[in-house]
Amino acid sequence: MSRILCQIRRIGLLAVCALALLHASARAQLTIEITGAGANRIPVAIAEFGGDPAASRILTSVIRGDLERSGLFKMIDTSGEAITEATPPNFADWKSRGADALAAGSIGLSADGRQEARFRLYDVSRETVLGGSAFVTSKAMLRAAGHRIADVIYEKLTGEPGVFSTRIAYVVRVNAMRYELHIADADGQNSQVALISKEPIISPSWSPDGDRLAYVSFENKKPVVYAHSLASGKRVVVANFKGSNSAPAWSPDGRRVAVVLSKEGGSQIFLVNADGTGAQRLTSSSAINTEPYFSPDGQFVYFTSDRGGSPQIYRVGIGGGDVERISFEGSYNVSPRLSPDGKSMAFISRRDGGFRLSVMDLASRQVQVLTDSYKDESPTFAPNGRMILIATEAGGRGVLSAVSTDGRIKQRLSISAGDVREPAWGPFNK
Amino acid sequence: MKQLVIPAAIALLLAACSSTPDADKAGGGAPVESRGPGVATVTTGGVDSQRLPPELTDPNNILSKRSVYFDYDNFEVKAEYRDLVASHAKFLTQNRQFRMLIQGNTDQRGSREYNLALGQKRADAVKRMLALLGAQEEQLEAVSLGEEKPKNEGQNEAAWAENRRADMLYNGEF
Repeated sequence: MSRILCQIRRIGLLAVCALALLHASARAQLTIEITGAGANRIPVAIAEFGGDPAASRILTSVIRGDLERSGLFKMIDTSGEAITEATPPNFADWKSRGADALAAGSIGLSADGRQEARFRLYDVSRETVLGGSAFVTSKAMLRAAGHRIADVIYEKLTGEPGVFSTRIAYVVRVNAMRYELHIADADGQNSQVALISKEPIISPSWSPDGDRLAYVSFENKKPVVYAHSLASGKRVVVANFKGSNSAPAWSPDGRRVAVVLSKEGGSQIFLVNADGTGAQRLTSSSAINTEPYFSPDGQFVYFTSDRGGSPQIYRVGIGGGDVERISFEGSYNVSPRLSPDGKSMAFISRRDGGFRLSVMDLASRQVQVLTDSYKDESPTFAPNGRMILIATEAGGRGVLSAVSTDGRIKQRLSISAGDVREPAWGPFNK
Repeated sequence: MKQLVIPAAIALLLAACSSTPDADKAGGGAPVESRGPGVATVTTGGVDSQRLPPELTDPNNILSKRSVYFDYDNFEVKAEYRDLVASHAKFLTQNRQFRMLIQGNTDQRGSREYNLALGQKRADAVKRMLALLGAQEEQLEAVSLGEEKPKNEGQNEAAWAENRRADMLYNGEF
């Protein structure tokens, strides 16, 4: 416990140091709209917290928003009364209001004088304490504390970790002369611009530690792969060989990046060290080989190839050798991304003229088409594997859409200015 | 069931780790809620273009034409573009100091990265023909812009046809 708290504190300090470098983009926040919800939502009451009412409102609205948007919870009206973590709740009352769980807490000063958000989560029907936590925070970081608390509540009630305090990356095409690479909280808020370019940016890919993004930039009139340290803005060229350099994907240990190079003719998959050295060719077919993605155990690279006549998904061991075809149904299956547990694969399949997000159970090879879209692209799993974020189109504009892996819950994230595309969901916070 | 952590105990634990060097640097009262590190904004530089010899830009000269169009799902240079490609091959043969960047493009249907690979096939096809006709390997670079730089942003067959294309750029233009 002590180790974890020290860790949290140290990361927080880094965040403070980096504040001076922040370049928040207020006009470009994503807005989220829920277009579907789970069948059996858990009724939860998040009471107003004790302490400063304004701070409490920010905190509780973040917690409620996070839980509600997940599609797994139904918010019970708490009629505005503040209940602190120290007050024994009136379980009979909350039971009659229909709540299965109740969170109560307060914002106050810690023993060493810093602001602290504390809360306790109750099982209302069993009249027991499910858990609780305290997070040191500040006025500017209240939203982050809210996401942390929502993560704890989510995990206690569903048994799997929450992703509310993770981050997402995406590209905004403001106009034909301006492209921006954004980093935002998973709820689309707090968007910050990591890169501004006159030329397109595609295929952002998070390093496993969440510190860097690899991507393809066309700023030199050709595709070049960079690795970009988010806190410092320092960029390293991962691949700038003669010809095209594209489709970066990190190995799970963060040491290597799979890229697609045309330097030897055609589009071939190579493994390179993250500093750009040691390029090693992985595919040998003369057909197109692209969109590499590592299996979570780091043993295989899944990729798209037209070696069989139409684009399909294959996999190869990282040492090379036999190539195994993975997708068979239909004539266009692309963009493989494995779930964090390695058991399923999200991809885009052309069905009835539309490009649709699909999921394959890798053990049974059973495929489920999750959307009825016309133009889904670039799937990316949440680090807990529960949702898949994709780029799609709505009203002629690029938007992001989050779909649960069972297809039931759908959220749409859109931006008022410009096209949003190329999402990449970051890893869990360290 | 896990027990609620008592805030006082947390304060003690936090105090216990305040001797770490990082904590000392921050001074008192620093907000330390954990979230990812901040993000510094980088703006990319532009590319300066130089003057080209008039024969490459004179609208009456075939060398001012730089685009080769392709059929849907096709990567062969069509017969109607052979003269154009041959003229550029001749120019490159006679002007060894010139280099050419061939940019392949696709329409915007389907995966961006797969389209990048398809655009590469178009650029490679033009490059192969230029090389066959005498241009040197060192003068040529074939790259792909995939679906990222559409000439026509329309969503119809006419627009898509304009985007299934390879462009030939001389140094100074890229």
